[in-house]
Formats: sequence, structure tokens, C-alpha cells
Amino acid sequence: MASTLAEKVWAAHVVRHAEGEPDLLYIDLHLVHEVTSPQAFEGLRVAGRGVRRPDLTLATEDHNVPTINIDQPIADPISRAQVDALRANCAEFGVPLYPLGSIEQGIVHVVGPQLGLTQPGMTVVCGDSHTSTHGAFGALAFGIGTSEVEHVLATQTLPLKPFKTMAITVEGELPVGVSAKDVTLAIIAKIGTGGGQGYVLEYRGSAIRGLSMEGRMTLCNMSIEAGARAGMVAPDEITFDYVKGREHAPTGQDWDTALAYWRTLPSDADAVFDAEVLLDATTLSPYVTWGTNPGQGLPLSASVPSPEDALDEVERGAIERALEYMDLVPRTPLREIAVDTVFVGSCTNGRIEDLRAVADVLRGRQVADSVRMLIVPGSVRVKLQAEAEGLDSVFINAGADWREAGCSMCLAMNPDKLAPGERSASTSNRNFEGRQGPGGRTHLVSPGVAAATAVVGTLAAPADLPNLV
Amino acid sequence: MDAFTTHTGTAVPLRRSNVDTDQIIPAEYLKRISRNGFEDGLFASWRKDPEFVLNQERHDGATILVAGPDFGTGSSREHAVWALQNYGFKVVISSRFADIFRGNSGKGGLLTAQVPQETVEALWSLIDSDPATAVTVDLDKQQIRAGQLSADFDVDGYVRWRLMEGLDDIGITLQSVDLITAFEKQRPGITPTTI
Repeated sequence: MASTLAEKVWAAHVVRHAEGEPDLLYIDLHLVHEVTSPQAFEGLRVAGRGVRRPDLTLATEDHNVPTINIDQPIADPISRAQVDALRANCAEFGVPLYPLGSIEQGIVHVVGPQLGLTQPGMTVVCGDSHTSTHGAFGALAFGIGTSEVEHVLATQTLPLKPFKTMAITVEGELPVGVSAKDVTLAIIAKIGTGGGQGYVLEYRGSAIRGLSMEGRMTLCNMSIEAGARAGMVAPDEITFDYVKGREHAPTGQDWDTALAYWRTLPSDADAVFDAEVLLDATTLSPYVTWGTNPGQGLPLSASVPSPEDALDEVERGAIERALEYMDLVPRTPLREIAVDTVFVGSCTNGRIEDLRAVADVLRGRQVADSVRMLIVPGSVRVKLQAEAEGLDSVFINAGADWREAGCSMCLAMNPDKLAPGERSASTSNRNFEGRQGPGGRTHLVSPGVAAATAVVGTLAAPADLPNLV
Repeated sequence: MDAFTTHTGTAVPLRRSNVDTDQIIPAEYLKRISRNGFEDGLFASWRKDPEFVLNQERHDGATILVAGPDFGTGSSREHAVWALQNYGFKVVISSRFADIFRGNSGKGGLLTAQVPQETVEALWSLIDSDPATAVTVDLDKQQIRAGQLSADFDVDGYVRWRLMEGLDDIGITLQSVDLITAFEKQRPGITPTTI
């Protein structure tokens, strides 16, 4: 029978199947960080259980870590306790860990792919909803809760009901200045924050084929913001080129064996999806969010909506609440919204290509006096690569703050936060109330829009900037 | 885990849609390393408003949360489930739940009862007219009863069985440990290891 990519990966990992019960699925890679794991390790200890496959498990420190003065102890005692707990747990259970200060440390979803641990056809889980990032390689990758983290640690499996499949086909060439982030914000605005619920999304079409691995990771990363458990892109030459030569990639004969298998993974031509969504790439433009969930996004050329636009009472209430929280007046052109903070980074847009896009805009320009700009690499390796390319001097010369690797201002669990009432343009993934700090207001944007906004001081695209002489 | 068959208590109407897990418990409250004490963080930012529904005396002691659609979107943090439970909630009723939140609830023993939005609205007006209305959530019959109202709710069949039996997932899976070992023997050797 014809199968989709997701169905093939699922079928290859079923340990036990019984009618009326969830399938027991084998997990190839389990990524761990300090926030969602302490209670799982505690559960193992209480039950007298061990970690079944420490060699398929990898931990790093990302959510809590500061991005300055990392040679000093973490100042916040509670953050420090959580990081210390991870170190003690990894030592006790034999789980490999890349701690703060290690050259391999970074955001868990940046670290896995750059080490070559994320490969096509694998099952990847982590106690973090943005695990969907790894689907960019044609892996089935999804976020899990702490009870499931404990379950995977103990058994290397998860009981799961099969997901439904949704094809999101984006055909055509993306206009200049439109990035993967704009594509994902446009998709979420179209299908809503619940539109992908119960589905694995498979991104297809010529616009997706044309994206780099970094772009595909951005796209898959945000699948959860459409409510989907996972997002996937079929592996192709771009995928294979990215994986080849990385530390954990297969070599020699194993590479050929792996490649032959990976080429069987793309959805069969006559495979049937449970749902399909079509998007015309040529109609897309830079997208920004105006509200308090990632579905509340519009083209940068649009204006803030009004409650009058709502189709029903629930939506009307949602728009009113969002406008109040965001302190926005209906019908204000989005380009007139001034920000005081610009954040570049996170598992969504903290990779080298994102930093290059930002540098391309900032080169020879200055961050506006009214704006503080934070640029945070997704991993130590990304930081070193950026510095080898001289991007750090571009950032520093423009007046931006160049930091150490971590989750930083994406989620207000470390010292990088918005103050109440502050407004940011952010390349992260969530514009929820208080996400970047209590009372903080977030506009989600692409790296290019973030950089242009930093220069202008109001939401802007690179094309809005005068040419440099 | 305690077995769940039926629960009767009073309910709180949370008239908001898209209640994400950052609202249920903001990140700054996620730093504990135990499973207890998360009630302080529950809806922390909304609770600063004295008018917020959980701050109203008439809803003191409520154990059932009746929320708008798309409850539990966003982050996978299971702390959201623990915060609701630590605060005293046994059941959340909504017309639509986010997948990961719903899965986490099932693991932790918090019942997520899915009903049509009309039922949510009917419960809201019932509670508004009398906050002391006893609401019964009967997992065996998959039914919610309150005053004259009686409505069926959806819950995954397997989750229902586990909740009613009070079973621990890991214990169930470890009964299949031989199958896991057999699966591992035939896994291709080319899949990477982290060590």
C-alpha cells in the first residue's frame, strides 16, 4: 500500500501493535534538557529503574543558562539548582551531557542536527514541544511531557496512537526577502493554532524543496504553533549534503547503506493524506504577528485588525484581549509599530544562516538609538562559526549585543527578559502573553525583518531600508 | 496513580480561548525539581487581577475547570498539569484541547473531558447562576451531570481505561520488555549513538 513519509517512519519503529491499544514505538534519539527532566529522573529513582539506553540519550543545558559571564556560577539560585540537578542526574544514570562551557553546548534542537545525530527516518523525542525541528531531516520528531520523558528513559519506547497526516504544499518560487519564517507564519495564520491538531504535517512542493536545511528546520520548528505534533520534510540531496561528514553521520559502507534506505523514505506518489493545504509561494511576503498567539499574524504591509473583523464571538473576544494586552489601536499600519527590543536567536532562528541574514542587513548600518538588540547564537558551534566569518564584528559595530549560546529571551527563564510594557520584534516562536517576560509584548518576525526593524526602530523589512552608498 | 471513576465538585468558568501553557504556568515557575508546589504559579499573571475568576470567593474550593476552546496550547511543560492538580483541579472541560497537554493530563491523572462548545456555554451559565452547583463527571458513563444538564463527553478509550484502573504506563510497557529487546536486536547498526 502507498504510504506517506510519516507512515513509513512510524511502521519501521513499531515494537508492539495490538487492536484497541496504542502502538509501542521505539525511540532512536532522546534529547534531554534541565527543565523537563528532573521529575523524570526522580521517578526512575523512586521506582528503582535505570536508563535503558544512555547511548541513545543526550543532554544539554539551554533554557536556564545566562548568555553573559558564563564562566561564573549561575546567579539565580533556582536556575542553578535545576542545572545542578541535570548534571547530578546525568552522572548518576550515565547519560552524556554537554554542560555550559562545553564546545558542544547549545539549544538542544540546534545541537542534535549539528552533531549529525538527527538523521532521516529516525524517531526523535525531547521534553520540549519544539522537537518538531528535527522533522526537517525526514525524522519523526515530537515533543513529550515529563511522564513520557521518564517512560523513554526507562524503556526507550513510547505508547502512541498513530497521528493523522496533513500535506502542506507550497508551490512556486518565494519572492526575494521572504524566508522560511514568513512561510510558517503565513501557514499558521491560514490554518490557525489548532489547525494541525492531531496531525503530522508534511511540507511539500517546490518552495520547500528550495529551502536550505536551516530554513526547513525553522519551518518544522513552528509546526507545534499550528497545533501539530510534528512537521516533516522528505529527505533529499540537500538533506544528505548537510548530514554527510558530521560527527555522528555514517561513514564508508554504512553511508551507502544509510543513503539507500533514506531514498526510500519520501511519500509514495499515490500516498493519501488525511488533509491537504495549498499555498502559493509567489503571493507571500514578510509576515509579522500583531497579537498574542502565533496564528495572529499578517503581512507586514497590513494594519492591526479590529474586533469588527471577527467571524464569531470567540474570535472577537480573542482580538479584543490581544489588542488590549499588546496595547495596539485597530487599523494602525504594522509598519508604524515601534519596538524597544529586537531579539535574534532561539531554536527557531538561532542557526548560522539566520545570523548571516541579520549580518547582511546590519553591515554598514546602525541599530536605532531607541532599540536594544540582542543576538544570541543557538549553540557554541554556531557562535564560533559566526566569529570565524566575522559576523560578530558586524553585529558589534552596528551596536548590537553579541551573546553566548542559549534559549535566552525566547522564554524568560534566564536573565534575558522583557520588562513589563516593553515591546520586541523577536525571531523566536511564541508571542504568548508574558512569554518573553511578565507584561512584555512580542511580535514574531524573520531574521531579516528583525534586523531591519532594529535599524528603523519600527517594524520594517530589509527592502524598506535605503540602499547604502 | 489513584484510580478515577467519578468526581463531583463545583466548577469555575474560564471564559477564554487559546489558554496556552505559558498562561497556565509561566516559565519563571518551572524551576522546581519536585512534582509539588506548582499551585503558586497557576495562572500567575491573571491571578494578579483581583477580578480574575479564580480570585472570586464564590469559586473557592472548585475542582472542575470549564474553559474555552483550544485549552493547553503551546509548550509541552507537564508542569501545567501539575499546577492544575496541585491547585486542586481534578477535571478540565473544554471543546478542544491541545494534543501534548491532553496526553500529559492522561499520564498524570487529570481528566480532560471534551464536549461541544454548546455544553461549555450551558455549564458556564449554570455556574454563573449558582456557583455552588454540583457538577458530576462520570468517567464510567462518560457523562457530565449538573442540575438539569446531562451531556456526554469524549475521552480516549485507552486513557479512560488507564485512569479507571489507576495504571502506570511504564509498568504496562515493561510487561513487553522481551519485545523491546527483540526489536533492538534487529535495529540497523547504522543508527547513531550519542556516546
